[in-house]
Amino acid sequence: MDNESKPVVLSVEDVGVSFRMYAKGLRRTALPVIRSLGLDVCAGEILAVIGSSGSGKSLLAHAILGILPGNAEVSGTIKYNGKTLTSALQKQYRGSEIVLIPQAVDWLDPLMRVGKQVIGTKGSKEEMQRAFARFGLSPETERLYPVQLSGGMARRILISAAIVGEPKLIIADEPTPGLSVDLAKETFLYFRELADRGAGVLLITHDVDLALHFADRIAVLYAGTTMEIAPTRDFLSGADALRHPYSKALFDALPQNGFRPLAGSQPYAGDLPRGCMFAARCGMRTDACFADVPMRSLRGGEVRCIHAT
Amino acid sequence: MRLEAHHLDFRYPKTDKWILKDVSLTVGAGERLALVGPSGSGKSTLSALLSGCLAADAGTVLWDGKPLPVKGYCPVQLIRQHPELSVNPRRKMGKILCESWTPDKALLEKMGIEERWMTRWPAELSGGELQRFCIARVLGPRTKFLICDEISTMLDVITQAQIWRLILDVTVQNGLGLIVVTHNPALAKRVCDRAIDLTDINAARP
Repeated sequence: MDNESKPVVLSVEDVGVSFRMYAKGLRRTALPVIRSLGLDVCAGEILAVIGSSGSGKSLLAHAILGILPGNAEVSGTIKYNGKTLTSALQKQYRGSEIVLIPQAVDWLDPLMRVGKQVIGTKGSKEEMQRAFARFGLSPETERLYPVQLSGGMARRILISAAIVGEPKLIIADEPTPGLSVDLAKETFLYFRELADRGAGVLLITHDVDLALHFADRIAVLYAGTTMEIAPTRDFLSGADALRHPYSKALFDALPQNGFRPLAGSQPYAGDLPRGCMFAARCGMRTDACFADVPMRSLRGGEVRCIHAT
Repeated sequence: MRLEAHHLDFRYPKTDKWILKDVSLTVGAGERLALVGPSGSGKSTLSALLSGCLAADAGTVLWDGKPLPVKGYCPVQLIRQHPELSVNPRRKMGKILCESWTPDKALLEKMGIEERWMTRWPAELSGGELQRFCIARVLGPRTKFLICDEISTMLDVITQAQIWRLILDVTVQNGLGLIVVTHNPALAKRVCDRAIDLTDINAARP
């Protein structure tokens, strides 16, 4: 790993998230949605997390902040600056040192003017105005209610609300849909600046293209587990430099590279297969894939595949 | 058959800022148009006007030479940017899916919609999963024109490719017209025949 010299801001080790659900009658079952997920974010680094929809990317973000619903159970350890994040610590840090840029615009309070929401409980009016100027929102925007905003404006409000103050760890859950390419770039550029000032950024995104220009490393998630963690340059040099068959398939599906979909669908959280989650859709599968597949180091990255070379 | 917009003006109630001013546009059935423009330039508003979800302050929207029907099924259907805002949170997914027609199993399979999602509430699905329902529910035979307002940004690239291929198949099969609002130039180039920048045809200046 290139970043060993830098302190690790966030480390997620072997984390699992499962939901308790009622089956028939009063019997309860646990539904595991994230399994043995591991990644770390160093100070001054942007780690992009990409992967299939429903692979647990947002849940990972919520687990770090401790805002999962009451019926969720988290196993494994999440450490912030070397300290295990307990619910008391999560409460203390979230909103100040650890911030979330949520994915859905319905996180805004529909009955509150957006200026007030951006200031929140900790920011000041000046900070809000600076954030608005930075993201090209006119000062009048402050007086609007969320329904009066366009999709891109709402997005920028969410980003402004998160960056008021000086966060140390930014968890951005798909911050750019609805933004024009220029604004998305501006947003990523801002993350880059924050990272250069020593913050860690966990960037969950589908915009693989843009992520490639700003992230240092990329983690690929599938069906609730990490498949590959690779330096960004491997994604830039093409499918051959990537390690996991799923990462290669992602690369080939980009509109500029072939736009090739992949047959089959992601296994459902209720009945995850044993062994490799991707085996059912993989061309390289052998019997050995149905046993446990651990993460291993390969060519300066990490991969969860026994056939990767 | 074609979708025409003539000299549309629009501003939101109780504001004096025009979002759209004198916007005219014609798209034929079977044509695929990419609508681009900076954030806040009125792309979503225009999409809503063209599909009858909003009424213009001035100007007309015509489908097949007639105004869009106020009652009954609208042949021009809109898929919105935020799926979590376009479903009834108090309806289960199975009911949401069949709001306008009953999609067959093969289509659901191609969309990657799982049978067991049907008994869930919208809040129990991810944005990408919800969006697949929002797309599947308008691909019925009564839809003649489809407006896709940033429909795929919440999907991973493999699912994007999968769903766009399917939408293109359906548009060709049913002879649908298509307007695609997107910020992704590579996607616009893949999916559409031509592109229009809204700022070029909109007289309102932000």
